[in-house]
Amino acid sequence: MTYPKPSFTPATPAPAPTVAAPAPIANPAAVKPSALPELGRRAKAAAGIVLPPILTVLVALALWQALVGDSYAGLPSPKQVWLESKDLILKPFYDNGGVDKGLFWHVFTSLKRVGIGFSISAVCGILLGVFVGSNRWAHRGLDPIFQVLRTVPPLAWLPISLAAFHQAQPSALFVIFITAIWPIIINTAVGVRNIPSDYVNVAKVLRLSPVEYFFKILLPATTPYIFTGLRIGIGMSWLAIVASEMLLGGVGIGFFIWDQYNASRIADIIVALAWVGMTGFFLDRLVALIGHFVSRGNAAS
Amino acid sequence: MAKAYLSIENVGVTFAKGAARTEVLSGVDLKIEKGEFVSIIGHSGCGKSTLLNVVAGLTPVTTGAVILDKQEVNAPGPDRAVVFQNHSLLPWLSVRENVSLAVDKVFGGKKSAAERRDWTLHNLELVKMTHALDKRPSEISGGMKQRVGIARALSMEPKVLLLDEPFGALDALTRAHLQDSVMEIHAALNNTVLMITHDVDEATLLSDRIVMMTNGPRACVGQVLDVPLARPRDRLAVAEHPTYVHARASVIEFLYARRAA
Repeated sequence: MTYPKPSFTPATPAPAPTVAAPAPIANPAAVKPSALPELGRRAKAAAGIVLPPILTVLVALALWQALVGDSYAGLPSPKQVWLESKDLILKPFYDNGGVDKGLFWHVFTSLKRVGIGFSISAVCGILLGVFVGSNRWAHRGLDPIFQVLRTVPPLAWLPISLAAFHQAQPSALFVIFITAIWPIIINTAVGVRNIPSDYVNVAKVLRLSPVEYFFKILLPATTPYIFTGLRIGIGMSWLAIVASEMLLGGVGIGFFIWDQYNASRIADIIVALAWVGMTGFFLDRLVALIGHFVSRGNAAS
Repeated sequence: MAKAYLSIENVGVTFAKGAARTEVLSGVDLKIEKGEFVSIIGHSGCGKSTLLNVVAGLTPVTTGAVILDKQEVNAPGPDRAVVFQNHSLLPWLSVRENVSLAVDKVFGGKKSAAERRDWTLHNLELVKMTHALDKRPSEISGGMKQRVGIARALSMEPKVLLLDEPFGALDALTRAHLQDSVMEIHAALNNTVLMITHDVDEATLLSDRIVMMTNGPRACVGQVLDVPLARPRDRLAVAEHPTYVHARASVIEFLYARRAA
């Protein structure tokens, strides 16, 4: 039980530079005096956003260390993870050929797969969603089926897609595709069904053709819903990566986790999980950002 | 009898929802001349919006017909531009784009790109909205949105301009400003206007004739009142005018005394 204390010590220097940040700026005479409180306020605001998650992580690590201790059975402690997987943490870009690569390359390969699978499901999902949303009978016929299918977990699609495609590569992409498509279809359909009747009336008075209606009214009116679907979808497709790469083998973060599990290298899995989580977070933010730009900041209205 | 410019002939509308049938309008007759400003007033739910939608072509008639400039109305079109109650501007388009969407669609084959751009600007000038061309609807006030809605409708050069309670959602001061604007535009362009309202003063000030509708279901035209006040009308000067006071009193009498039961 001596470990909690040393693990707390790095916590104190960490916030120090952020808090002290305004101080060095005060020295150069070039900075206008009126700019100083502004900078100070910004630094304070930034610290207010950055510090709480850092502190939470440190507290969690300390708790984890305290609970697991140094026994070498079962879950490794943070200290053991650091000792065992130091190379993996510090050198994400190494490449010794074959499967022996840094985690960056594994994640990169997986991202390419998700990129292909997710792109196909985005295109198909939006088109199907528009169809289901604008056709009452299609909605009545298909929506219940979609609602059932969307609850099927990625792992369950695996044997089915293998049986259908016989090959690993298309099956893996299909698992990503089928996992991501449901929220995209469902949200797009909801968006199409919720187009305000006023916009439809405007289109009628202007006598817009179906193609003009699609591009000038339907798509922009549904964009916020589509991007909600895409955001959930990209999260789901990233969730499916482990399941889909269990098939493929070779390079990829999903197969890496599976491989390390078979080799009982739990510490490596923990490092890989951190990568998976961070990547998923950035994917989500990326889609949200694209959505913000595409809907010109109108997502709320 | 000479054919009127806009003729609503024996129009009846019945909505069927499952087995339930509601007869909203029954035997509505109304003739409107070119350049006339006609208001339709009535209690909420009497079917005045339905009547406007019939003229717009958005609601099909069950019986009767609407004839505009010798042609029967059976579908919506830009010759009957509507200013909707809640502005219905497209939030992803700027003020200018909202109007140019209509201009490009209606005059796409007839005017050059430069002419269409000028025409868009001209109509936004009419409603005094050129200061906010590149703003989005969410960035301007309710009154401004309604101005843009009017500019969009005017830009289609409609044969008849349909106003569906256009100022209902606005505060009294903004409403007065917009009413003055509508009067100015009507004086300048001499449009044929059909306006739905539930505001007695608004109807009396703006209209050449006020059409009072009976309460639904099976609503029809109860009474038509001429407002023979000279134009241009000034809201302050006109307020004390015997014709105005009399017209206003008759409408109130119709709405509250005779139909109260």
